[in-house]
Formats: sequence, structure tokens, C-alpha cells
Amino acid sequence: MSEASAPYEAPPPQSLARLAFANRSFLTGFVITALIAAMALLSFLWTPYDITHLIVADRMKPMSWQHPLGTDHFGRDILSMIMIGARNSIAVAVVAVGIGMGLGVPLGCWAAARGGWVDEALMRFNDVVFAFPALLSAVMITAIFGPGAVNAIIAIGIFNVPVFARVARAGALSLWPREYVLAARAAGKGQVLITVEHILPNIASMLLVQGTIQFALGILAEAGLSYLGLGAQPPMPSWGRMLFDAQTRMMVAPWQAIFPGLAIVVTVLGLNLLGDGLRDVLDPRLRRER
Amino acid sequence: MSLLEIEKLGLAIGGMKILKDVDLAIEEGEVLGLIGESGSGKSMTALTVMRLLPHAMQATGRVTFDGIDILSAPESAMNRLRGDDIGMVFQEPMTALNPVKTIGEQVAEGIRWHTGASRADAEAEARKILDRVGLPAAKFPLSRFPHELSGGQRQRVVIAIACALKPKLLIADEPTTALDVVLQAQILDLLRDLVDERKMGLLLISHDLAVVADMADRITVMRHGEVMESGVAATILTEQAHPYTRQLAHASTHVPDRRPPAAGSAAPLLEVASVTKDYPGRRASLFRKPEPFRAVDDVSFSLHEGQSVALVGRSGCGKSTLARMILALDRPTGGAIRLDGAETSAMDEAALKASRRKMQVVFQDPYGSFDPRHKVERLVAEPLHLMEKQPSAAERRDMVAAALHEVGLAPRDMEKYPHEFSGGQRQRISIARAIITRPKLVVADEPVSALDVSIRAQILDLFADLNGRLGVAYLFITHDLTVARAITDQVMVMHDGRIVERGDTGAVLDDPQSEAAQALVAAAPDLSRALARRLSGRG
Repeated sequence: MSEASAPYEAPPPQSLARLAFANRSFLTGFVITALIAAMALLSFLWTPYDITHLIVADRMKPMSWQHPLGTDHFGRDILSMIMIGARNSIAVAVVAVGIGMGLGVPLGCWAAARGGWVDEALMRFNDVVFAFPALLSAVMITAIFGPGAVNAIIAIGIFNVPVFARVARAGALSLWPREYVLAARAAGKGQVLITVEHILPNIASMLLVQGTIQFALGILAEAGLSYLGLGAQPPMPSWGRMLFDAQTRMMVAPWQAIFPGLAIVVTVLGLNLLGDGLRDVLDPRLRRER
Repeated sequence: MSLLEIEKLGLAIGGMKILKDVDLAIEEGEVLGLIGESGSGKSMTALTVMRLLPHAMQATGRVTFDGIDILSAPESAMNRLRGDDIGMVFQEPMTALNPVKTIGEQVAEGIRWHTGASRADAEAEARKILDRVGLPAAKFPLSRFPHELSGGQRQRVVIAIACALKPKLLIADEPTTALDVVLQAQILDLLRDLVDERKMGLLLISHDLAVVADMADRITVMRHGEVMESGVAATILTEQAHPYTRQLAHASTHVPDRRPPAAGSAAPLLEVASVTKDYPGRRASLFRKPEPFRAVDDVSFSLHEGQSVALVGRSGCGKSTLARMILALDRPTGGAIRLDGAETSAMDEAALKASRRKMQVVFQDPYGSFDPRHKVERLVAEPLHLMEKQPSAAERRDMVAAALHEVGLAPRDMEKYPHEFSGGQRQRISIARAIITRPKLVVADEPVSALDVSIRAQILDLFADLNGRLGVAYLFITHDLTVARAITDQVMVMHDGRIVERGDTGAVLDDPQSEAAQALVAAAPDLSRALARRLSGRG
């Protein structure tokens, strides 16, 4: 029976949100991510302490009612620093994913639509970028252009480009031979129009899922770079550098390392759960098996 | 006692009843044809016998196979039955085989598992059964992979797997629906020989009466999960006592009323002049240029306004490639294609716009031919992009409504998504999209082969009606001669990239001259012929 061959069906759009929140991993991921984002936003208005004030008398205080997560070696409140550090992590990851999507998706769609040598050239160039260890190359870029949040963003963004280009190209390639694309071509529509009308909406879900994964990786990469001193510069706190500062004092003041580390783990976990949940919700074949 | 006995079988998922009081029985060495349209529950009945139902389905009633109560047997007992005493052949040979295992491994697998034979013994056994299904060792060693075989050959491998252990019952669920008519005839012959040879019971599931008419000893007709009629094949097919059986029989031989085509103008609408298409072949070595594969070889023909022409041929003969070139979706390697005097094969996309308005396309797959994320209004309006003056939103809606009305759908359907429609309705939407620009030529690539017989009859009626009312010329691409006979004035037979015969439909189909055409005609399932054969065999 032709009915049994399970044709691809797009879910009716209105029920998507309801479906998403019925998915446990999406819900958990969404809540965690929303909390982190809210924390970063709140830090613009209010933090428990002013972190530009160094109070040496209060240095390396363990957890207490005054300082719920303790203080660092300059006497700054760790909770406040984590709140402000979240801004930096999120900003870097958002812009880096933006760069990756903004350049990668058009490139991938172009490669799929044109085929031939354009495809070949773009994809081999992609392979070359892929072949560089991302973090090392980011170190190189920041070494040349100087450390700082902006350069970290660009470095991480560049390595997102081939990831999105590949996902977009793979998705688009599988759609081009579909009969509805042929029908659109028979209706005289050009490659750009077909890509905008038929290809992009149908690969959007794949890109969204990849986006959350890259977002998590971006946060990790930013932490790595600022751990090496190549990310945001002091006095702007960042999770990676907080870990670096805590390293030598691990035995004396473990909370100084534990809480920024936890912040990174929880954020990445939240984003991965969100991505997993999104994929389950958006891919009707996976949903049906549940 | 019968080999397989199904009594009062009911099946429900959630609160929905899928099967209601189904009764059937198969004796040893008997062929039971199970007929029904999509959704009639015939595949579900087969899966119940194998106990391969999706979870959450509750079966009630009694299924006895060879004295074993299937519905209450433990899973381990079912594992011993499946593949050993009951074999199954699926519809889609492309997905029924594991692509990363050789055919030898796949046939031997079941033998080893069920009999505990050594690898060498199992492979020897596998070799024997593959020889039997027509895949001799010289050409098809056990080390072949599924992708190296054609669809018909793969279906032979699937049959070999199912029959390797001499099952008592073979279940074949639409075993030939995905194959062209010539392969269909070969596979049916093979099944019949195996049944005679080994005294197997065969449950042959099909939506097409003509297919089972030749094969079955008894027939059960199902509809909406219920048995409509059941009895000896010849009686059921000749008497057609039950109205639903009659309806099915009529549908499969349905010929729409058509007016003879008006004498058109002398200049042809479409002219194809010695068109050739080469595809790059497989590279034999890194340093040698690959030999091109010639898909279409020096094809010339012309088609006049309002004329309906069928292009028939077996799968892989180049007919779809030719269609794509006519639609200017592919460029020919050599030759020229002219539509209304304009040479479309030499134009760029911008210049093609005017020509594209005059030709549109209807595809085979009613599921794949729509973007699942667009509403019907947008889907049907797509070709309006070709209009010289872009219509306003209100005009667009009017035109879509008119096109939907032409194909027998309601204007309010334009607010729905394609998955809200059945296969037949989707094919109507597809036709609405094709006629919205009032083209002179519609190329239809197997437009009804994915549809049930009664839906097929309705869609053919629609094509005939539009041909009469709007004067659209058709190029019908099909491997099904009943379709060609029903709706076309002329037939072209294509074989290995060439057109080997052309003539009036009736003349070619009744008295084919070329070998390729004779093979197609001989293999086509035909209800009345099958009945005549059966009755004469008896009398």
C-alpha cells in the first residue's frame, strides 16, 4: 500500500509549540537556557555586588549568606561575576552562530543549486577549513589580531561557516530532485526563488537544530579561548578566565573553580537538551516512533 | 483442517477499528487472492498472521496456522515460524534488502538461524534457491550486493529469502506493484511455479483484480476492514455478484468517454527532432575517459494540438529522461525540441518563460509533488509566476478557485495543506496546478500508477474531460497499457532509448509489430483475457 510507505508530512504549524513543550528534553533545555539568559539580562540592571570594586579583606571567602558562591582572590563576589560572564559567553556564541549561518547557509545553498565546479570548489575549500583544528586556528587569529572579545567572535564564527554550509548543502541536495522542485522549475522559477520558497523552509529545522549545537560549542570555545587569555579582557569577567584564575588555588578555594565550571556545564547541557528536543519535535519521523 | 484459518479477526488501535470480523482460510498448495484498495486492511491482515503488527494494536479473534494459535503464541515460537514455515515478500524490493550485505549472506542468514547449518552448508543451500528463482551462479554470484541488481532481480532475491526454507505459507504483499508489466509477469510466473512445485499456500495481496485473476484459486475482497465477498476465483470474477466487486472490475477496465480529437492545424504543437541524451557512464579506470551512457537515442516525433499520445515502455527505457527534456528541465546532448515553433532546447531560462506557459507537468507520486509546507492556494498558483502580467492577490485566488473547480475540488480546499488530502485528491491538485496557465501541452509522467483502481478510473475520466473541454494535448508516460488504451489516440513504444513503434492506440495494442511492444502487450494484466483463459482451461 502506498499509504504505508510513510510520506514526509510537515506538522500543521499551529500545534508545534504545544508539541514542543510536551517534549521533556525540549522543556528542560528551554528552562535552563531561559534561566541563563535571564541571569545575563538581569546583570545589566543589578548584580549582588559591584565587581569593579576589589575588597581585599574579603578575598577567598567560602560560601556564605553574604556571598552565596564565595569570593575570589580579589574579594569579588563570584555570583556577580558569573552573571556578568554569562553576557559575554552568550554574546560570543550568538554572534558566532550568526556569522556561521549568515555565510554558511547561502554558500551551502549556492553549492547545491549550481552543482558542478562551484559545488566542488566550495566544498573542497570547506574541507580545508575543517582540516584546521578549530581552537588552534582561533588561537592563531587572536594572536595575529590581538586578544579581545571581538576577535574571539570572528575566530569562532569562521569555523561555524563550513558546518552550516555542509548541513545546508546536504539538505538542499536531497530536496532538488523532489518532484515539487521540478514542478517549480517547470513553472519557470529560478534557482534563487526556488531556494527561498522551497528549499530554505524545508531545511530550516535542520539548521535550527545545528544552530543550538553550534551555540553550545561556541560557549565551550569561548571558555577555552578566554581560559588561554585570548577572549574578553579584564576587568570584564568571563567563565573561562575565572577557571584559569582558580586553577592555582584549587586546593584552598575550590568554589572559585567549581561554580564557573558548573555554569559552563549547565549551559552547554541545557543547549544540548534544547537541540535534542527540537530535533525530535521538528522531525516527524522521530516523533512517530516515540 | 486448513493450513491457515482466520476467524472473526478484529483489530483496533486506540478506539479505532481497523479490521472487523475478518474470516479467511488457505489450504495447502492453494493461492488466495486478497483484493482491496489502500486502507482496506489487507496488509494489516497479513501482518497479523506474521504477528508483526505495530505496537498498541489489539487483535481479537482467532488465527490458527498449522494447528498453532498465532495470537497467543509466545514471541520465541513466532520467531521460529517466521521465515521458516511462513515466508513473506514485500512490495518494495528497493528497501526490503539490507544494502550493506551481499545477497548470499542475506539468503543464507535465515537458513543458518533456523536450521543451525554451518556457513558452507547454508551458502550451498542459498545457491540452490537463487538458481531456482532465476539468478544463476554464473551471472549472480553470492557476493553480489543489492545495488548491483535491478528491481526485478532484487524482488527475486526477496522471494529466494522467503522460500529458502520451503515454507508452508508464503505471504506476498503487492509483490509486483513497484515493477513494470514485463517484470510483473515474470515474478508472478515464478510465484506460481514455486507454489505448484512445493505445495505452498500463497496469500497474494493486490489492489488489482487483473493481477490476481490469473493466479488465484480463491478470492477474498476486502473493504474498510471487512470482508465483502469471498469464494472461488472464476465464479467471483465472472458473476461479480457483489456490487463492490463489480465496481472494482469495472474500474480496472474503465475507458473514459472521449470525443475524437478535432482535426488540428497542420503545424505540430511539439516537434522532437533526432534528440539524443548522453549521461556520463561509470569510469572503468582513473585514466580512461568514461564511456557515456546513451539514455535517449535519436528520437523524433511530433504531436498536434489537442492530441493525446502515450509513450509506453519498460522502466529504464529512457521515457522519463525524454519527458524532462521536453519540459526543458534537461538539455538534450543532440537534436532539437520545438514547441509551437520555438526551439526550447536552445533557449536560456528567461527566453523559456513564454514556452513554459504552454506546457506543464503532472508527476507520478501524489505525495512527493507538493512542498509540504505550503497551502494548496500557493501550490496551485505556482505556475502563475509565468504570466506576463502578475495577477493581483484577489485575481490569483479566483484563478486558483477556478482551477480547483475544473478538477472537481471545492474552492475552500485552497486553505488546506497537502497532507490533508488523499492520494487521488492530491493528484487532482497536481492537475489543477498543471492547467492553471491554460497550457497547450501537459506531460504526465505515470500520473495514475500510484493510485488505486477506482481512483485511477476517476482521474482518467478527469484527464479525458479536460482534453475535451480545454483542448489540452497530452503526452502520457506510462508502462501500463490499460491507461494508454483508455485515454490516448496514439501510442509510441520506447525501448532502450529508441522509439521502436508508433501508431494508433488500438492498432498498436491489438497487433503489435515490434518485439518490445509484443512483450509489453503479452505481459499486461488484463481481466477479460485472464478470465477467458481460465474458463477455456476449465471447459
